[in-house]
Amino acid sequence: MHVTSPVREPLVLGNKSYHDVTQDIACRVEEKPTKLWFIAFGVSLVMLALGSASLFQTWRLGIGVWGLNKTVGWAWDITNFVWWVGIGHAGTLISAVLMLFRQKWRTGINRAAEAMTIFAVLCAGSFILMHMGRTWLAHWALPLPNTYGSLWVNFNSPLVWDVFAISTYLLVSLLFWYLGMVPDLATIRDRAVNPISKACYGFFSLGWTGSAKHWQRYEQVSLILAGLSTPLVLSVHTIVSMDFATSVIPGWHTTIFPPYFVAGAIFSGFAMVLTLMLVTRKVYKLEEYITMTHIESMNKIIILTGSIVGIAYITEFFIAWYSGVEYESYCFINRATGPYAWAYWAMMTCNVISPQLFWFKKIRTNLVATFVLSIIVNIGMWFERFVIIVSSLHRDYLPSSWAMFYPTMYDVGDYIFTFGLFFTLFFLFAKYLPVVNMAEVKAVLKSSTDKPNHNH
Amino acid sequence: MSATSGKFLVGIFDDEDVLLHSIPDIRNSGIKILEVFSPFPLHGLDEALGYERSKLDVAAFFFGLTGTLTALTMISYMMFFDWPMMIGGKSNFPLPDFIPVTFELTVLFCAYGMTITFFIISNLLPGVKPILFDKRCTDHKFVMAIDLSKNKMSEEEITSILKENGASEVNQKEF
Repeated sequence: MHVTSPVREPLVLGNKSYHDVTQDIACRVEEKPTKLWFIAFGVSLVMLALGSASLFQTWRLGIGVWGLNKTVGWAWDITNFVWWVGIGHAGTLISAVLMLFRQKWRTGINRAAEAMTIFAVLCAGSFILMHMGRTWLAHWALPLPNTYGSLWVNFNSPLVWDVFAISTYLLVSLLFWYLGMVPDLATIRDRAVNPISKACYGFFSLGWTGSAKHWQRYEQVSLILAGLSTPLVLSVHTIVSMDFATSVIPGWHTTIFPPYFVAGAIFSGFAMVLTLMLVTRKVYKLEEYITMTHIESMNKIIILTGSIVGIAYITEFFIAWYSGVEYESYCFINRATGPYAWAYWAMMTCNVISPQLFWFKKIRTNLVATFVLSIIVNIGMWFERFVIIVSSLHRDYLPSSWAMFYPTMYDVGDYIFTFGLFFTLFFLFAKYLPVVNMAEVKAVLKSSTDKPNHNH
Repeated sequence: MSATSGKFLVGIFDDEDVLLHSIPDIRNSGIKILEVFSPFPLHGLDEALGYERSKLDVAAFFFGLTGTLTALTMISYMMFFDWPMMIGGKSNFPLPDFIPVTFELTVLFCAYGMTITFFIISNLLPGVKPILFDKRCTDHKFVMAIDLSKNKMSEEEITSILKENGASEVNQKEF
């Protein structure tokens, strides 16, 4: 029944029994919050509070408080949106695509990666709401009957597609995450001693018992959800890229955008998963569940997607010249040599050169190097969006309209708000929900522990 | 699982392979197994217990189809029938432009329809009290429940058959 090639590295170390798995993961939910957790959570709350103050002013005074001008009419707001959505691509990719490919190493990291996905998409969504300016009229983006006739939303517009894509992605990811968590919540419910936690975990575990009939249906539903989420995750960033690609701005109007954005999204998503998981793994002592094999596999995906992104950059440049379109060529030469050249070369270094270091086994199996590179990749991916957006806009057709973009404190403050939101949610998740999918780890335990023939 | 009251025998197994191999023998000896509980999905368990394949995939297809049709109806009503807009002399019915929203709604309807159907038919709802024959079944044990009222054999006979087939404990449970 359990056939695994012997050359595979084990996925769970330490000769664990099923009960050990439950104990190691559930104890984090059951223990009292540690001092370290309070400090980390406190810092996130401070960021959230500072960001909220900035956000309140943005709402009160309007988005004129940002550093936008008549030439650069879209800058940090959309850069941050695309950056967060990109980060929000790893979770569903890990749980859905890797499930379809039967990659068992996803079991140790999928829960936290999916949580990260949901929180990142919420941050992205908050930028959409923010940059509408009049956030209280956000429902105008939905096809609702109104007093203008009804004047409907324009379904030819990629911005409307985006509304549907992001909300569907958020809702389906949430569902997938929750469904996968129901059995684990039941485990915690059955261990709980405190009546409040018993009631809470009992409520959300939906009366799960792990009966054979339920597991049979659960498996089928998970598989279909994985099948649905796979094209969904690819569609989301494709549609985000169309926000730019369907316009006629030089530098945006390129057919390479959809695959290039999807690769970039997976690239940055995996980098963020690594950043978070390396810390969580250390603090929660999960070294036996998130092993070097997991980290190495993620680093390999980073090499792959990073190389796709690198090829996309070069192709884009080549096509700009090859097309013979003067404006397109100028846009790209200006990116590499103009006033935003520093951002362009920061992007090239962080995204194209640095992930190539992972070709060396010594580097991709080194925790410190992986951690540093994962942060560098995320910085690079922020610059990618900044370069695409601001450098394409800042030199308009008329030289009299040329301008630069300088962020104000509200640009920074609103960005800090999303960091506060992200980390507040992540720390709540890490404390109150099981960070590793216990049921799935138990399911691969026998076929992939370090001692193949031991008894449980 | 309809029977929730009465007397039950609960066989506890420590290893899933022992459990899986024991099921055909236990069923052949004439014992009717009410249900088996495990901390994680066991492949082959549903076949061993003689469960039919779930038809949730068919339901999923129709939920998806509902989404597709809802999206196409909505968009064509809004863009073509109710308020046709002239944009650069282009068609009022640009079908390719409708693909993204249609796709998203198909996925949304399918995912939610299927999962909610799964929750409802399995009676998995917020606040439902779980019927646990043994608490350890969500942790590390594999639990087989046998309804005594549905079996002609005596308690002792069933107990000894379960023990012969590898059960580490056999307990009584009453609801």
